[in-house]
Amino acid sequence: MRASAYAILLAALSGLVVLTFVGSLLIGPSDLGMAGSLEGLFSTETSLAQLVMYEIRLPRAVLGLMIGVTLGLSGAVLQGFLRNPLAEPGILGISSAAALGAVLAIYTGLSAFFPLALPLAGLAGAFVAVLLIRALTGANGSTLTLILAGVAVSAFAGAASTLVLNLSPNPFAATEILFWMLGSLTDRSMTHVWLAGPFMIIGWIMLASLARPLDTLTLGSDAAATMGINVGKLQSFAVFGTAASVGAAVSVAGAIGFVGLVVPHVLRPLVGSVPSRLLPASALGGAIVLLTADILVRLIDPGHDLKIGVLTAMVGAPFFLWLVYRSRRNEL
Amino acid sequence: MWKLIRSRRLLLGLVGLAFMSLAPTLPAGAAKAPARVVSMNLCTDQLAMLLAAPGQLFSVSHLAADPGSSALAGEAARYRLNIGLAEEVFLMKPDLVLDGTFSTSPTASMLQRLGIRVEKFAPEASFDDVAENILRMGRLLGQEERAQEMVATLEKGLDDLASSAVPGLTVATYASNSYTTGKGSLSEAVIEAAGLTNLGSKLGIRGAGRLPLEILVLSLPDIVTNDTPTYEAPALAQENFVHPAYRAVLERAQTAPVPASNWICGGPFNLVAAAILQNAAKAAVQSGKHREK
Repeated sequence: MRASAYAILLAALSGLVVLTFVGSLLIGPSDLGMAGSLEGLFSTETSLAQLVMYEIRLPRAVLGLMIGVTLGLSGAVLQGFLRNPLAEPGILGISSAAALGAVLAIYTGLSAFFPLALPLAGLAGAFVAVLLIRALTGANGSTLTLILAGVAVSAFAGAASTLVLNLSPNPFAATEILFWMLGSLTDRSMTHVWLAGPFMIIGWIMLASLARPLDTLTLGSDAAATMGINVGKLQSFAVFGTAASVGAAVSVAGAIGFVGLVVPHVLRPLVGSVPSRLLPASALGGAIVLLTADILVRLIDPGHDLKIGVLTAMVGAPFFLWLVYRSRRNEL
Repeated sequence: MWKLIRSRRLLLGLVGLAFMSLAPTLPAGAAKAPARVVSMNLCTDQLAMLLAAPGQLFSVSHLAADPGSSALAGEAARYRLNIGLAEEVFLMKPDLVLDGTFSTSPTASMLQRLGIRVEKFAPEASFDDVAENILRMGRLLGQEERAQEMVATLEKGLDDLASSAVPGLTVATYASNSYTTGKGSLSEAVIEAAGLTNLGSKLGIRGAGRLPLEILVLSLPDIVTNDTPTYEAPALAQENFVHPAYRAVLERAQTAPVPASNWICGGPFNLVAAAILQNAAKAAVQSGKHREK
């Protein structure tokens, strides 16, 4: 694939990111309209429209963008790093484990005294899950063991979260498992952006630095080692980068599945299957998908706070089945 | 200022009336009145506690003792508390069980199969419903006279509220998970009794429904109820109360601290809720917080 075609792809994806980001800012449950939204955004006078734009819609759009980048990027890195087409934070149980960390931080009251405990606990949960997956599958685990390990980690983390929520004396807690399993960006505030944003950015930097080494890793880890790639460093960057970005993302918006699976797959043929090219494209693609899904939940059922993970799973789960079917056919 | 003082006195008077214990006597025809009544629903709990003769009511639901839900939480300590299990209630050997129409219904039907009389009360959506339920509870407990007195007090309270209403102000109820109340809810009846307009109904919400924060901000009501519930542990459901946009609404609108327990169920305590709203309306006019429309 020629460099110019790749540049065009990135430009097109960037254009779509801008479009969906602006769309996310302009669409809401109220009848503020496009003109009112823009006025609220750019007017220097303090107005109610300004309050809505800066305190409600902007954090929602920024989080949609950042979490989308996180999911797309981490999915692409995990697929390259584990050399497995089905790897994704949701399927591997990393998101569920991050949610468990966040659930512990919030419902025990810890994050009320020490707000940073929320992203840190999400990070810790995600970190444990990545290490566990790595330990369970070994260096060259098959697709099957990887998925089974993910199922086990997911099931355990989900059950533990449910237990914590059920034991909470707050009568609302038990129903909030929906948020943690399916994710939502409704009425998040700038506080959440400031809490989770820095961790996501640190995670992105670590994951992005893996672009070249992942190219070499496609030749196999032994070959990569002889070519001067520090496989240990690559591994720790992949683990920490995923844990930091996914952990922080989940801790403020719940576990949103399948974005990290679908986006790299759709884009891989377009970038000629080169990991270093796939990472930026996937990051942009993840943002487009998540911002679009978040616009759709507001359009489909504005009154009922539809969870964003419902939409991503509706598209992602059939895609996952198709991937499983295809990988089975290849193994036969 | 005088108006404020007067309405505060009205408030105290209403509270007094609502909780005044009328001389408890079993009327002449009380032979048929049940002697061991068990209530399994927060709303029937409270009406029964207000109307039953001493010793007549044996047990109320555990919610009746929860100050967050029950306006008579203190009273409830005098009764055995139940959690609405068929076995538990059956062993209490009641001759009348009171229940709501939508809560614990498998329990109620099992008790009926076991031959126990169960009376169900529908949730109230208006003060007519409240009066009807009070009178029905009076008949069931053989306390017609007390029930009639209570209804008369209620009607007098409603007339007083109507005569001192401040017209033209809008109020929004805003609860956990951004829920509000609209048409056909008891809250709406209370808001209208206070002479105010309910934002939820204006927006076309029926019963209870979500009020997106963005819409609350843009429709900026004159008054917002802010009985932020305090639970032993935090949950996401209460995060809407610390959202910067909601804090900004609280700065711009008059707040009315109506305790949830005063309008979850129908009863004389609804007048307290209405009086708090009316006070807030007067304060809003005085402080100029109501918007010129």
